[in-house]
Amino acid sequence: MNPASSTRGTVKERADIALNDDFLRNAVRFTTDRLRSGKKVASTEHGNWEEWRERGRQIRLHTIAHLDYYLNLFVENARSNGVHVHFADNAVEATDIVMTIARQKEAQSVIKSKSMVSEEVHINQALELSGIEAIESDLGEYIIQLAGEGPSHIVIPAIHKNRYQIAELLSEDAGETLEPDTTILAGYVRRKLRQKFLEADIGMTGCNFAIAETGSMVLFENEGNARMVTTVPKTQITLMGMERIVPSWADLEVMATLLPRSATGQRLTMYMSGITGPKRTVDADGPEEMHIIIVDNGRSQQLGDPEFQELLNCIRCGACLNVCPVYRQIGGHSYGGTYSGPIGAVLTPALNKNVAEWDDIASASSLCGACYEACPVKIPLHDMLVSLRRRKVERGHGDKLEALGMRGFATLMANSKRFALAMRLGKIAQKPFVHNSGIHLKLGPLKGWNTYRVAPTLANHSFRDQWKELSAETAAQPKTIDPAVRQRMEQVLADRQHNKSTSRTGGESHE
Amino acid sequence: MKVSLFITCLSDAIYPKVGEAMVRLLAAHGIQLDFPPVQTCCGQPSYNSGYWDETRTAARTILKAFQSSDFVVSPSGSCTYMIHHYPELFKDEPEYLALAHELESKTYEFTQFLVKVLGITDIGAAFPYKVTYHPSCHGSRLLGIKDEPIALLNHVQGLELVPLPFAEDCCGFGGTFAVKMADISGAMVTEKVDHIKETEAEVLVGLDMACLMNIAGNLRHRGEQVRVMHLAELLYEGVSVR
Repeated sequence: MNPASSTRGTVKERADIALNDDFLRNAVRFTTDRLRSGKKVASTEHGNWEEWRERGRQIRLHTIAHLDYYLNLFVENARSNGVHVHFADNAVEATDIVMTIARQKEAQSVIKSKSMVSEEVHINQALELSGIEAIESDLGEYIIQLAGEGPSHIVIPAIHKNRYQIAELLSEDAGETLEPDTTILAGYVRRKLRQKFLEADIGMTGCNFAIAETGSMVLFENEGNARMVTTVPKTQITLMGMERIVPSWADLEVMATLLPRSATGQRLTMYMSGITGPKRTVDADGPEEMHIIIVDNGRSQQLGDPEFQELLNCIRCGACLNVCPVYRQIGGHSYGGTYSGPIGAVLTPALNKNVAEWDDIASASSLCGACYEACPVKIPLHDMLVSLRRRKVERGHGDKLEALGMRGFATLMANSKRFALAMRLGKIAQKPFVHNSGIHLKLGPLKGWNTYRVAPTLANHSFRDQWKELSAETAAQPKTIDPAVRQRMEQVLADRQHNKSTSRTGGESHE
Repeated sequence: MKVSLFITCLSDAIYPKVGEAMVRLLAAHGIQLDFPPVQTCCGQPSYNSGYWDETRTAARTILKAFQSSDFVVSPSGSCTYMIHHYPELFKDEPEYLALAHELESKTYEFTQFLVKVLGITDIGAAFPYKVTYHPSCHGSRLLGIKDEPIALLNHVQGLELVPLPFAEDCCGFGGTFAVKMADISGAMVTEKVDHIKETEAEVLVGLDMACLMNIAGNLRHRGEQVRVMHLAELLYEGVSVR
């Protein structure tokens, strides 16, 4: 593993590196701003975005609830189309299957299109260890492969690099100086990859969606490289997360509406390929042999878990990264896993079931809910982050000092007299530290806060201390309430009573 | 009808003026607020950190405090939203679960109560300043409070409301996040204040003292003169000076 996408250290340590890298932060801001405003325009222009979003959520909920059925259907149909279907429980099994196929084919080189699952199981490293060349053909993936890094964004893997850094990497690859001009740089990569496409023994892809009713797989892309990967080499291997299924092509229409708009603000990507089996005699092109490896790697552990099952609804659009105010500051590598941003902060610990790691990543969120608001299938990531934190505490992996602090908090807040007394004592205790009615002290828990801020002081008189006087004063000059206002309040009360009684009857009728 | 004030621990201890403004504004409209003193904290700090037993301890004081209220009004969208987690927290304690459902249905954030319940958008205030508004995340996203504060601000005479760039981005507070992930939080509040400065507003207004405490702290740290106010304070000042 390379240092930038290493899981070593804490998220705080990794974030510190990013926070001190202005190139990275500017590059991330520049591109996420473009993507999120693109999404805003595309979803507004769509007109019925919220209804389609709900439809998308329902399709994903239904599919995941019946995943066994739809997976079976998909596998049966894919096999009858002539596809070799394999199952991999984990990353090792997935790479073993790929290696077996590569050996059978005596493959020397593999050309890949963008696939997060292949990053997740670290297929490139496995291939290279066996002396098989693995080349990424997506421009962003090619760049990070040259840099020896993992993706720092689900959709834009090299989002953290600016064009000058990219020109430097590509110049080194080319052995000549390339101007930092996007046309020149893309032109170089195109020429270089053309040769690699022609030489490759195996084309390897991911899978955006798998259609159960016909056993087909669907890829969304903009560069045309995935289409080349699935047409030029004689053998195709597709790595597919086991949850990528949708029941039908009609359902795909909803996903095709949600995914590109959410990811890049496009109405549709430049290419959308639907592939149903290997090349037939009537086909002009396509692989002679096609394999689909269905990867579990921790996904099935979410099934039946009421707090995390919805994670499997994710369509990997990256919209949650683009709106995340934390991702914006620290970029993707700080998350320490293949998946970054809010979805990565939940997915990485959930897939690994690594309790010790949980608090670390899940704590790097202000729980602002922007991810949930942006998600095209409404995954409640902000709630899942809290669930991760709670499970860590429940299993005794919480920070000892924090646990002590929280017990103190509960003792204090259990009783209002104690709370009132604490406020009075606090006023006395703060005195030596107050300067110009603020606290500037950079010690203990105030250190982090006051590095960026001046802390406020406790009020001279708390609200509860002022209450008696305040209420006597306002009661002494009572004003009459506007009858229209009173009527509105009575209506709200009546509606509430009505809702309560109907929900009660509703509950009984089910029993 | 009993309308009770859920002051929130932060406003009680640090920003009592916000509570006073709410009490006086509503009294002027014939609504005498009630203040049940047994209330302490909604429990959000421990809830968000994953300590739910501790949360229940604090939450019980809130459930008991407002048992007999018809309406509960709070100066914080975030603490109001915390009440919405109570049914989940007390799902195994039937007597508290009933209270939790009831409290959830009758608790309102301040502008929600003014606009949605009372139907008041013009409070008769004047405030001749350039103002920008930061929509706090929990109130705007999770409670859906988007139009209410804007309607109230648009009716204030002389007030010039300037849009805040990247307004919907979190200010970086996030409770214990600001302490645990101090540098990330610091970077977030720094960017928020950069945007506030771009507006050249004289006043920053919001609906959540926790976020405003965070932003005000960074403004002060940088020696900026922007005044930071809760909307209740702004409206009350706008009514008082007329």
